[in-house]
Amino acid sequence: MLTGKVALVTGAGRGIGREIALTLAASGATVIVNYNGSRESAEAVVAEIVQNKGNAEAIQCNVSDFTASEVFVKEVLDKYKKVDILVNNAGITRDNLIMRMTENDYDAVLDTNLKGAFNMIRHLSRSFIKQRSGKIINISSVSGVLGNAGQTNYSASKAGLIGLTKSVAREFASRGINVNAVAPGFIDTDMTKDMTEDAKKTLNSMIPMGKMGSTKNIADLVLFLAGEHSDYITGQVICVDGGMCI
Amino acid sequence: MVLKETCKEIMEFNERMEQIMLERVKEIIEEQLNIEGVEITEETRFKEDLDADSLDLYELVDAFQEEYGVEIPPEDLEQITTVGSIIKYLEDKGVEA
Repeated sequence: MLTGKVALVTGAGRGIGREIALTLAASGATVIVNYNGSRESAEAVVAEIVQNKGNAEAIQCNVSDFTASEVFVKEVLDKYKKVDILVNNAGITRDNLIMRMTENDYDAVLDTNLKGAFNMIRHLSRSFIKQRSGKIINISSVSGVLGNAGQTNYSASKAGLIGLTKSVAREFASRGINVNAVAPGFIDTDMTKDMTEDAKKTLNSMIPMGKMGSTKNIADLVLFLAGEHSDYITGQVICVDGGMCI
Repeated sequence: MVLKETCKEIMEFNERMEQIMLERVKEIIEEQLNIEGVEITEETRFKEDLDADSLDLYELVDAFQEEYGVEIPPEDLEQITTVGSIIKYLEDKGVEA
């Protein structure tokens, strides 16, 4: 389905990004597995893809850094000549109540989650516009749609991603480039595994489907948004959340 | 008499250079905007006559920057509205055909 396509997934060493990278590669795309700190995990993702006869390469870049991401994009374009699918997935959390949240915790989360996506889109925009096709998928969150106590920084960044998605979708629509956001609910990953059993129970009671989602649930939607079946969909925010946002 | 002829030669040379420049600029415009068989003169307006939107103009400017090795800052885009204005802009920046 994605044979001949080049996909770049940020923060693809672990969690949702990892599953997205594996899924896109399994559909035939060559995947750039971006990571910042988790080199070993990213290389394991590449190894798994290659083992399944796919193509992938792990490249380190801190996407929150404007200049570093420019160098990263140039390296990818020099080597692969194009990027067809960009998945802005890189994200961090630094949860705290706003009364206690430090400026550093706020900035770090906004820089990676929101500015990181801006940086990647900004540096790839010329290439996308020139090729007159492309799929940009931003991984937002239900926190950005509903808000979440203790996550003012995270939900602000994820809500920001929704605005970014809609604006870029409008700018690029005439060039055949689709820009959409996926808003995962509570997904079973490293990011959520440290929660106490009680917290998980409370959480599950908030989910109409009564259970956490899997990374596969997210990757399946990303695959749809990365392929031709979604050619007439742009500027949308699709919640994959067991009904939380109803 | 000799001076007059030299002046004439210089003028003809300049005209030829301008023609070459116009031809190349036209080629770039046709390629970037994906148009063919549309009459393009120095008076042709990008937006009104060639239907170019703001993204097209950015792409055009990119192509001119690449072709002629000049930097065109975003604030200068306002003065580039016609084919003639881009030629003049490039000439003012010292670009020769």
